[in-house]
Amino acid sequence: MSEATPPDDRMELQEDPGQQDQRQQRRLRGSDGRMLLDQYFRVACIGIAGISVVILAFLLGSIIYQGVPSLSWTLLSGTPEPEPSEAGAWPAIAGTIWVCTICALITLPIGIGTAVLIEEFKPRNRLANRIFSAIQLNISNLAGVPSVVYGILGLTAFVSMFGLFGSLKGGESSLEIGAVYYDQFTNLASDPFLSMGAENARERYFLAPVASPSDPPTVATSGMEMFEYQGDQKVPVKISVFDPFGDLPSDPEELSLAIAADTIPGRISEKSWYYFSLPFGRGVLAGSLTLMLVILPVIIISSQEALRSVPSSLRDGARGLGATPWQVVWNITLPAAAPGILTGSILAMSRAIGETAPILIIAGIVYIRNAPQHLMDSYTVLPLQIYNWTSRPQEEFHAIAAAGIVVLLVILLSFNAIAVILRQRMQNKVR
Amino acid sequence: MNRDVAESKASSTTLDARASELLSRGRKDLAITRIKEIVIYVALIACGFFSLLITVSIIGVLLTETLRFFRFDEVTLSNFLGSAEWTPLLGETKSFGIWGLISGTLLVTGIAMAFALPLGLVTAIYLSEYAPRKVRDLLKPILEVLAGIPTVVYGFFALMTITPFLQWLHGGFNVYNAMSAGLAVGILCFPTVCSLAEDALQSVPKSLRDGALGLGGTRFDATIKVILPAALSGIISAFLLAVARAIGETMIVALAAGSRPQATIDPRDEIQTMTGFMVQMAGGDVSNFGTEYFSMYAVAFTLFLITLSLTMLGNVVRRRYRETYE
Repeated sequence: MSEATPPDDRMELQEDPGQQDQRQQRRLRGSDGRMLLDQYFRVACIGIAGISVVILAFLLGSIIYQGVPSLSWTLLSGTPEPEPSEAGAWPAIAGTIWVCTICALITLPIGIGTAVLIEEFKPRNRLANRIFSAIQLNISNLAGVPSVVYGILGLTAFVSMFGLFGSLKGGESSLEIGAVYYDQFTNLASDPFLSMGAENARERYFLAPVASPSDPPTVATSGMEMFEYQGDQKVPVKISVFDPFGDLPSDPEELSLAIAADTIPGRISEKSWYYFSLPFGRGVLAGSLTLMLVILPVIIISSQEALRSVPSSLRDGARGLGATPWQVVWNITLPAAAPGILTGSILAMSRAIGETAPILIIAGIVYIRNAPQHLMDSYTVLPLQIYNWTSRPQEEFHAIAAAGIVVLLVILLSFNAIAVILRQRMQNKVR
Repeated sequence: MNRDVAESKASSTTLDARASELLSRGRKDLAITRIKEIVIYVALIACGFFSLLITVSIIGVLLTETLRFFRFDEVTLSNFLGSAEWTPLLGETKSFGIWGLISGTLLVTGIAMAFALPLGLVTAIYLSEYAPRKVRDLLKPILEVLAGIPTVVYGFFALMTITPFLQWLHGGFNVYNAMSAGLAVGILCFPTVCSLAEDALQSVPKSLRDGALGLGGTRFDATIKVILPAALSGIISAFLLAVARAIGETMIVALAAGSRPQATIDPRDEIQTMTGFMVQMAGGDVSNFGTEYFSMYAVAFTLFLITLSLTMLGNVVRRRYRETYE
């Protein structure tokens, strides 16, 4: 009936009065008008639904148009130089990989565990039931909290840890593992004002180990053993101390080992890959934990749906064979729900990859030249780098931002594609 | 004979020993299983309570830091709640009137919803009631892709494409304006509205639809007079969740809406939203622990309260609706 054609107006002239009466009666019943309305509405619907296609095409088109010309190997492998033609996003891509991998490792067990608890261990007494429904309600409310608020929470809870371990201001943490501190001395030749008479000596830097970061600066004495980097190796050398205004040694090698008596060393630190500190500071771990807060509700909700779709006959069968509750979950329910859980997790991770606001709050806009080396290392992520480039005034950076977006979208779309393929596989299996 | 008895006795004792050994091993296994079961259960419960802990710590952190903000001499509650002048960065004449930010948020949200709600609802109706299967199979993934695009990309789109387009349409548009950000937020919310509203429409029992069509109604009659009213609470809940999402949206407004808080309804003008202010504070010098730093927490708390109440309202409305049809 919805396929009715609109009335043809040209016909009306040739109609005899009887037919006209009939038509009028039909009009009175409103059938023509209703049919027409239905038709018009259908056309309007198609038009409006088409808008989403147009928007997507326009969005992708404009970004590809602006971004593809700037896609280059430099963009993928370079560092974010201030010169647009040399700017790259490698530290940001590496930061994204670090943050999201750690985030997945932390979030998946907790999220799936929560979903299993709510779906598979439903309690029988009333109090526990109430607690469970509170947890359920809480999760759906957490899913609606804006991610920027999680950023604020992460800033307080992970970056500065409520100020429990000293303030961030000094850049010092009260608890550290895996850091070695040195005082760095420069030799006479590297000071332009003191280098008179030492022109032919090369500049050298010497490191004196410090036991604790709060120690006073090391006082250099003649004959003291310090370390020097030669290539990647640390080599011990014997330095000598001279009064810069007194007599200097004439041998250039000896001169290059000379330190002025009033040299004030700079405190530097070397951090190994397992470096750990409290509070976490603006490091990778704090970022991962904050992203965990953002995607935990997403993972819980999608895992719950996957668990719910497992037929209860499977569970009953296993239980009938004498399996304990956890054996049912581990051997029957989880394997059956695995594709669904995996799909949900992949989609949640793609959300984590694209999430910008919380990372912006906890990491700030910083200039990062290297991929993170340890869990507390400062970092940036790809969306944040895109934000940074977009908010600059120069046109060239906007093109690079568009290219960065293309890279980001390729990553996300491939994640989505994996999820779609998995979902189809799963549907075929169930059938 | 005697020997036989002795033998059988011996074998029976070894049998007994073996049986009891097996039994004890089984008992041990059982004990281990039981302990494992308990340990896992405790671990799962810890996971469950973790989500409660997140909520508690959000409220705790925001509340304590907001209280610390109000303890500053230059801050008064009447100024915070009663003024629309938000100038925390001006040295002498600081004013913390939250309405200056809320009005910006409302303007962007209003524009976004004026775009997303009607379009999302109509698309949902089309997908649920009219569209042939093939069109559904094409449109649904497109909506999913739209929903999966990161917000920073929408921000870029707003600043680089929508704003120049608006400026081309009408010269009065500022480089940073509420209209561009609002439209981008609308595009962002559109898939959310659409899929939630479609869920609501789909879960109206088929019998209602068939009844309306059987009485001679057109599909339009059935949709407007029967299905929409039946799905109304689900649709309202979808709208509320979309509004909450629009209010909390950050990157688009940070990029495209500007950074001048002002109470205006002119969509061509630069405004600042609550989220935009937080990003401005965090992107700048956060080691500054002055009043303006703690004002970030007060803004976050306000934002949290608004979105939380909208989300809760949405969930309550939807739950009530679900009870009617299950």
